[in-house]
Amino acid sequence: MTELSPARFSEQAAAALKDAALQRALGNMRIGFIEKRRKAADKLPEFEALRDEGVAIKNHTLAHLDLYLEAYEKKAVEAGGQVHWARDAGEARQIVLRICRDAGARTVTKGKSMIGEEMHLNPFLEANDIEPVETDLGEYIIQLRHETPSHIIAPAIHVNKDQVADAFREHHTALPPDRPLDEGPDLLAEARTELRERFIEADVGITGANFLIAETGSSIIVTNEGNGDLTQILPRVHIVLASLEKVVPTLEDATTLMRLLARSATGQEMSVYTTVSTGPRRAGDPDGPEEYHVILLDNGRSALYGTEFQEVFRCIRCGACLNHCPVYGAIGGHAYGTVYPGPIGKVLSPALMGIDKAGKLPNASSFCGRCEEVCPMRIPLPKLMRHWREEEYDRKLNPAAVRWGLGLWAWAVRRPALYRFGARFAIAGMAFLGRRRGHLKALPMAGGWTAHRNLPAPQGGTFHDLWRKRKSTRRRTDR
Amino acid sequence: MPDSPTVALFVTCLVDLFRPSVGFAAVKLLEQAGCTVEAPSAQACCGQPGYNSGDRKSAQAIAKGVIAAFEGYDYVVAPSGSCGGMIAKHYPELFAGDPAWQARAEALAAKTHELISYLVDVRGMTAVESRLDAVCTYHDSCSSLREMKVKAQPRRLLQSVEGLALRELETPEVCCGFGGAFCVKYPDISNAMVADKTADIAQTGADTVLAGDLGCLMNIAGKLSRDGSAIRAWHVAEVLAGVEAPPIAQAETPGGGSGGRP
Repeated sequence: MTELSPARFSEQAAAALKDAALQRALGNMRIGFIEKRRKAADKLPEFEALRDEGVAIKNHTLAHLDLYLEAYEKKAVEAGGQVHWARDAGEARQIVLRICRDAGARTVTKGKSMIGEEMHLNPFLEANDIEPVETDLGEYIIQLRHETPSHIIAPAIHVNKDQVADAFREHHTALPPDRPLDEGPDLLAEARTELRERFIEADVGITGANFLIAETGSSIIVTNEGNGDLTQILPRVHIVLASLEKVVPTLEDATTLMRLLARSATGQEMSVYTTVSTGPRRAGDPDGPEEYHVILLDNGRSALYGTEFQEVFRCIRCGACLNHCPVYGAIGGHAYGTVYPGPIGKVLSPALMGIDKAGKLPNASSFCGRCEEVCPMRIPLPKLMRHWREEEYDRKLNPAAVRWGLGLWAWAVRRPALYRFGARFAIAGMAFLGRRRGHLKALPMAGGWTAHRNLPAPQGGTFHDLWRKRKSTRRRTDR
Repeated sequence: MPDSPTVALFVTCLVDLFRPSVGFAAVKLLEQAGCTVEAPSAQACCGQPGYNSGDRKSAQAIAKGVIAAFEGYDYVVAPSGSCGGMIAKHYPELFAGDPAWQARAEALAAKTHELISYLVDVRGMTAVESRLDAVCTYHDSCSSLREMKVKAQPRRLLQSVEGLALRELETPEVCCGFGGAFCVKYPDISNAMVADKTADIAQTGADTVLAGDLGCLMNIAGKLSRDGSAIRAWHVAEVLAGVEAPPIAQAETPGGGSGGRP
């Protein structure tokens, strides 16, 4: 498989639309998430007020981010943790490698982490003779399939059950080849058995963080499988990967955001497991790691603070914008060619990679606005996509033909009389061509439209011409 | 508020060029609601194509022309949630912090409405005198639904159309895939979206689809027509006003479709 890239978005999207297995998986996804979220939101009378509260918490924190990050670091260190600041993915990878080498690690278990994806951590660990084992079921499936996540909360949403069974048969070769793997529970039981051994043999456990708490120096993860707990409690060393904007002031703030997170993501009132980690194992603790490290990754984020894009850092990674996006629903996550797909990816990816590399993404939106409507943190995603389009236009990064066409259009539209004079001929021509059927099947320079649909023929005559005629007739009859 | 307000019709470029009957339907409905209607000739487009393509300067230049041409009227009404939304929601954003234009943009925005919501919410219209023997479904355009809060108003007026039955779509809140330049920039994705929409329309069993935005309608009707479907498409204003016009993308002549309205 050639490597996915946002520069080849159009080609990747076209391939996704023709991928029957993917379309089958997406068809299953589209209704489920939306219904579940709607029911959960409807059941909570204060849901909209809770959204406002969540926005206020994040806005406040972002306005004083330096203060809260420093407070968090101080508390985390007081609790016996080690905090590492990483400017970019490369620095973060080196920190992980150093910790793993110091621990003599051969096997690393991993809980689900999008920051780990941003760091492209798995191939890096493999190249350094350390075996990463994904323990979230979805992540485990795509690791076996040599894929990246296609969704930020449901990484294997693009995979059908029969494809999971195929992957298990290929990799779990010690098991009888004729075992039944048709039902979800069969697959789950097999994955659990396989992973049990790996949890126990791991030297280092790596998780993400849904929240970092400034008042206590804690990190919080929420999961539905409990894999995160085993990942961070059983090995000798626990590494937390987090980006700067994960910090919130208090535990109370985090619980407010968690009420929004689970409902927006999966329609649950609360995720099944909520795990708070504060430093390594203390004397008298029955379990827990001997070392607790937190890596705080910037990776281009601090450059966006104080700009119009700052609002994107309210994101709590619920995935609701993906679930409700008609473009994501049509093509799935891999076509975007970036770590973060969907509407949030269209805003975040140009920030992380540069608009010159990811410029196609903020353009690939019909601006239907459903993402903003469901975003628990009220991030104005269409507006921010438009800002990226403006930056692209200002830096002359879009194709010359587009710029030329836009320029001509704007010039004409600002001269209504002249515009109407030209339009009169174009409309008359199209009306003539389409007069018999009421539509045109093809038209020069309109291939984007007529490839898939007929072009309705103009009725003939512009409204303004007809209006002028009608007014003069009225005036004559009035006289 | 004057009892007989003067309303400036923002015709929209698509109605002006492709379907003047929608404009005349709007005029008829506004006059029925007691308004005096003008259609300022110094209008072409609201500037949305430039605005959504990142060409903010062109959008501002066009918006200034629209503001100057329309600010003298009591109300501005557009037979489109998209163009109405551009003026009512995005013009103020376009001139935020501009000492000369911000206040003018906001003043115009405050008196700009989508047609059907203006008739119902501002003019208090509750019924129309019109007839169409049809089983209809209604497509909510994204900008009507989300920017202009239009949902109940067209359904309310359609209930008063004699002979018309309304059946709701399964996913009425999903975009049809038009999206202005989106549909030509990403034709394959747009096609997948409109195919889902026409499938939803077909499963309702309706013989007619209505909407309040000509962009969506041209997309949906163009797809229905390409697929050989007999489902008819009209702008909701045409049906409410009882304006005679063949369905969008269909011809009057027999064989070109199911013909004009009764």
